[in-house]
Amino acid sequence: MRISMEWLREWVSVEESAERLGHRLTMAGLELDAIEAAAPAFSGVRVGLVLAVEPHPNADRLRVCQVDAGTGETLNIVCGAPNAVAGMRAPVACLGAVLPGDFRIKRSKLRGVESRGMLCSAVELGLAESSEGLMELPADAPVGADLREWLGLDDAILEVDLTPNRADCLGMLGVAREAGALLERPVSGPVIEPVPAAVESAVEVRVTDMEACPVYAARVIEGLDPGAHTPLWIRERLRRCGLRPLHPVVDVTNYVMLELGQPMHAFAADAVGPVLTVRFGGADDRLRLLNGSEIEPGPADLLIAGQGGPLALAGIMGGEQSAVGAGTTRIVLESAHFSPQALAGRARAHGLHTDASHRFERGVDPTIALYAMERATAMILQIAGGTAGPVVHAGTLPAAHADAPIGLRRERIARVLGVALAPNEVERILTGLGCRVTAVEDGWQVRPLRARFDLVCEEDLIEELARVHGYERLPQTLPHATAPVSSAAQDAIGHRKRELADMGFHEVISFSFIGTDWAGAFYPEVQGLALANPISSELAVMRPGLWPGLVRTAAHNVARQRGDLRLFEHGLRFVPDASGLRQESRLAGLLCGRAEPEHWQAARRSVDFFDAKGVVESLCAQTAGTLRFVPAVHPALHDGQSAQVLLDGQGIGWVGALHPSLRERFDVPEIFLFELDAAVVSEGRVPTFKDLSAFPAIRRDVALVIDEDVPAGEMLAAVAELGLPILQETRLFDVYRGQGLEENEKSIALGLILRAFDRTLGEGDVDSVTKAVVDQLSARFGAKPRY
Amino acid sequence: MEQVDKLAVQAVEEIREAAGLADLDHLRVRYLGKKGVLTALLKELGRLPPEERPKAGQEVNAAKQRLSTLIEERQAELARAEVARKLREERVDVSLPGRRPAVGGLHPVTQTIDRIEAFFAGMGYAIAEGPEVEDDFHNFEALNIPEEHPARAMHDTFYFDAHRVLRTHTSPVQIRTMEQQKPPLRIIAPGRVYRCDSDLTHSPMFHQVEGLYVDSGVTFADLRGVLSSFLQSFFEREDLQTRFRPSYFPFTEPSAEVDIQCVHCAGAGCRVCKQTGWLEVMGCGMVHPNVFAHVGIDSERFTGFAFGLGVERMAMLRFGVNDLRLFFENDVRFIEQFARAG
Repeated sequence: MRISMEWLREWVSVEESAERLGHRLTMAGLELDAIEAAAPAFSGVRVGLVLAVEPHPNADRLRVCQVDAGTGETLNIVCGAPNAVAGMRAPVACLGAVLPGDFRIKRSKLRGVESRGMLCSAVELGLAESSEGLMELPADAPVGADLREWLGLDDAILEVDLTPNRADCLGMLGVAREAGALLERPVSGPVIEPVPAAVESAVEVRVTDMEACPVYAARVIEGLDPGAHTPLWIRERLRRCGLRPLHPVVDVTNYVMLELGQPMHAFAADAVGPVLTVRFGGADDRLRLLNGSEIEPGPADLLIAGQGGPLALAGIMGGEQSAVGAGTTRIVLESAHFSPQALAGRARAHGLHTDASHRFERGVDPTIALYAMERATAMILQIAGGTAGPVVHAGTLPAAHADAPIGLRRERIARVLGVALAPNEVERILTGLGCRVTAVEDGWQVRPLRARFDLVCEEDLIEELARVHGYERLPQTLPHATAPVSSAAQDAIGHRKRELADMGFHEVISFSFIGTDWAGAFYPEVQGLALANPISSELAVMRPGLWPGLVRTAAHNVARQRGDLRLFEHGLRFVPDASGLRQESRLAGLLCGRAEPEHWQAARRSVDFFDAKGVVESLCAQTAGTLRFVPAVHPALHDGQSAQVLLDGQGIGWVGALHPSLRERFDVPEIFLFELDAAVVSEGRVPTFKDLSAFPAIRRDVALVIDEDVPAGEMLAAVAELGLPILQETRLFDVYRGQGLEENEKSIALGLILRAFDRTLGEGDVDSVTKAVVDQLSARFGAKPRY
Repeated sequence: MEQVDKLAVQAVEEIREAAGLADLDHLRVRYLGKKGVLTALLKELGRLPPEERPKAGQEVNAAKQRLSTLIEERQAELARAEVARKLREERVDVSLPGRRPAVGGLHPVTQTIDRIEAFFAGMGYAIAEGPEVEDDFHNFEALNIPEEHPARAMHDTFYFDAHRVLRTHTSPVQIRTMEQQKPPLRIIAPGRVYRCDSDLTHSPMFHQVEGLYVDSGVTFADLRGVLSSFLQSFFEREDLQTRFRPSYFPFTEPSAEVDIQCVHCAGAGCRVCKQTGWLEVMGCGMVHPNVFAHVGIDSERFTGFAFGLGVERMAMLRFGVNDLRLFFENDVRFIEQFARAG
């Protein structure tokens, strides 16, 4: 909402500067966005009277004007404007004047003719975006007057961001009421007298749904002067509030909307017929709107219809066919109240947003429609002449104040705000905001203005008290906590994330929605949850897993010469299933490039499957169950380098190399990935202390030749199954293939760490354990000791 | 005993010139060993006349003593030289780069959330979470935002079907918490939120932290006190000015926006604060009675406050990041700058 200080001062005496008032409004919830000058800086421009216009001797397009600018001498001014004509009044930039853009007017010669000043267009003064010649000033403009002063151009415009609950301030009336309450000053607007009917012409008004349209008033005005012009002062106010002048009638309806907050509409009467009907759309309705678009109104669209069908989308936009135009002499003026419920979302449904719909959706003062009608009638008659018929209306206007009072308890004010407000302060504030206030035993009965749609319950009134009193004047305290302190372990996943960071991983955060192509490539078996209104096809499907985001991030960095990457992400994956949608917290990582940071002494080694697996093992070290990695096929992973991660037999995630075909498709180097159930890996375990043995450990290494296909993990599991108490640890420290072994054989070397709690172990102990291990592996897998 | 003197002079000379520990040992054996020259001289004492023997014996012993000391000294000297040589040889160029473990780190958004959580955890708030694909009821309806409410237009919602949306704020976690727990309660709910809007200053996904405190006797004054303390703690400035401005959220009444004194210009007015000296950082208010009604909490018995803040905004202010989109590009050159941040 743009508020002209000059206009506001017509309603309420504001001595404060625009900055000061802006601050007051901001601190009352009407946030000041900017203060703009009504016109850019210029000086030395006066009202001039063109006395004579003659052709320029040396230029076809230029003319030489004699101008009286009240300086006591007639000025010879060369001018190129096509509308320069003797007798017109126009702004003159006299010698020494400075125009916007720091353009200084000097004595000059144009094609050999001296020019002592410049006649200005509105564009040259920064008062319009386009113009077709000199700015025409009205005949009563005092010649020689300073234009800035005469037009009040030193006005400031407050641009205020209104929250949706404050539709009452979408008109000067509401803004003035608010300012008056804040500044504790009386508010008085222009006196609006009813315009009696001078002719009997009228249309009949029918409203099919009085809840959607509680009041509809129409009035015929005929005999308008098609050559009438909107006076400069109205055009100026419209301009300062961000509207362009269009047609005297339309300008007046816009003016009244800005003044009273009541959107109005004018129909060309010939297109209306004898009856106006306010009804919802039907099957055969078609309407071509003022903006040229063709719509098919549905049963949710409230329409104004004439005998020939729909004329306007009620409270949103008029139709082209009934539009007021250059030759219109007879109009039907509409002033109505449409309920927010009836209009909610309708403009948006047709891709529209207008000044009228913006107001009606939020709530227009339901008591003001007839008042606005009289105001607009009087202004139109004054500008364009004509005579008005009677105001015909369906529905009755409610009283200015709500019928049902809201109870406001003194004690409740203190309970919500933490401080009691003095009763006279409460009454002063609420009365200032237009409420009817009656004191009762425990507080007050309050009947707000109907224009204040946002004042419905006790809390609403308390907020009014707080904001007008000033939030900054209320106390600050800390609560006396009685809420129990949570005993749940918090931020368990945070430990794993910090662990990853300590392992050299950078955390990334990628979008939860991914491209359909990526989702299909990584998770072809999942029908991902698709957005109905995605921003782009690259952000269209909720991710069924975290790898696409990581791989995409890797591609981004590899393209920027950062190919040694360890990345992880924590977030939800979205997997639709029979029961609905699973939103599961996952922890995923990516490794590519060097295994260790580049160093002058280190040999280069690229990351491989076991780097990724090691990270997974480390992340799962705190979990209480048995961790296993079993070969399994995942569509995004290399068939020969992928494993499902099992914890006590339950799948908790995957680890493996990105499938070569995906590598190629998304143009990334060799990448290793893992993804785990974040809930599982974040489970903590409180360690239980175990005794330390006072006796030394003995290590015995054995190498076993075994079939290539036997997984090492199964061998270790078989050793563990023996449950030998003195076998403390089995370390797999070498895998050998090649010379001395058959083609399909490998040699696995195990380090057996033995230790007892009650004695120093002897050779006998070592031999028996070694034998037990070798026997178990021979029996189970046909392993042969290798010596 | 001229012979002794002569030998001693010669031996001293040889010891001094011994090049290594082996040479020295050799000399020790030659002069002082069982078959050494001086030992032999002692043995020859018997041939001297008895009256000369004590004196001669003393002289030989003195010489032995002297040489022995000299050898020890020379030995120590050589050992020192040997250590020095070794030290010299094993010297490294300390200016060569060290072998650093790879350095990772948490995303600046996570660090910011951690920082916010730490403050509120210290005040006894529990961390709560909720789904990101949310239903219309929790995201809007229960928060006093009925269908077609103008406030919905402020939300630019991503939706899936008539009932499911991507949550546009973390406020639905308030509802879910109050549905499951009865007051008194206090929670903080960080997480991803989504708005169908993408340009220089808007990301379709960003993070919020929601806070909720419900108890008997919670006031607007408490809300101001808690948030002022939080902001001073977050920005590590005890004298940080905050101001509470009336605003509008359908789920709180009274509602406020919280501004802090601009952290760039300390309130003088600059580009970051658009010359106002203030930066809007949070929204908050007293829980609306309609919201309590939706979750079956008696608003006559309990009052509460709720607040929400944008994490990226806080991170940008704290770290001086000037482009929102950097947070989600995940350029390593960007995120590694925060690897060791506190």
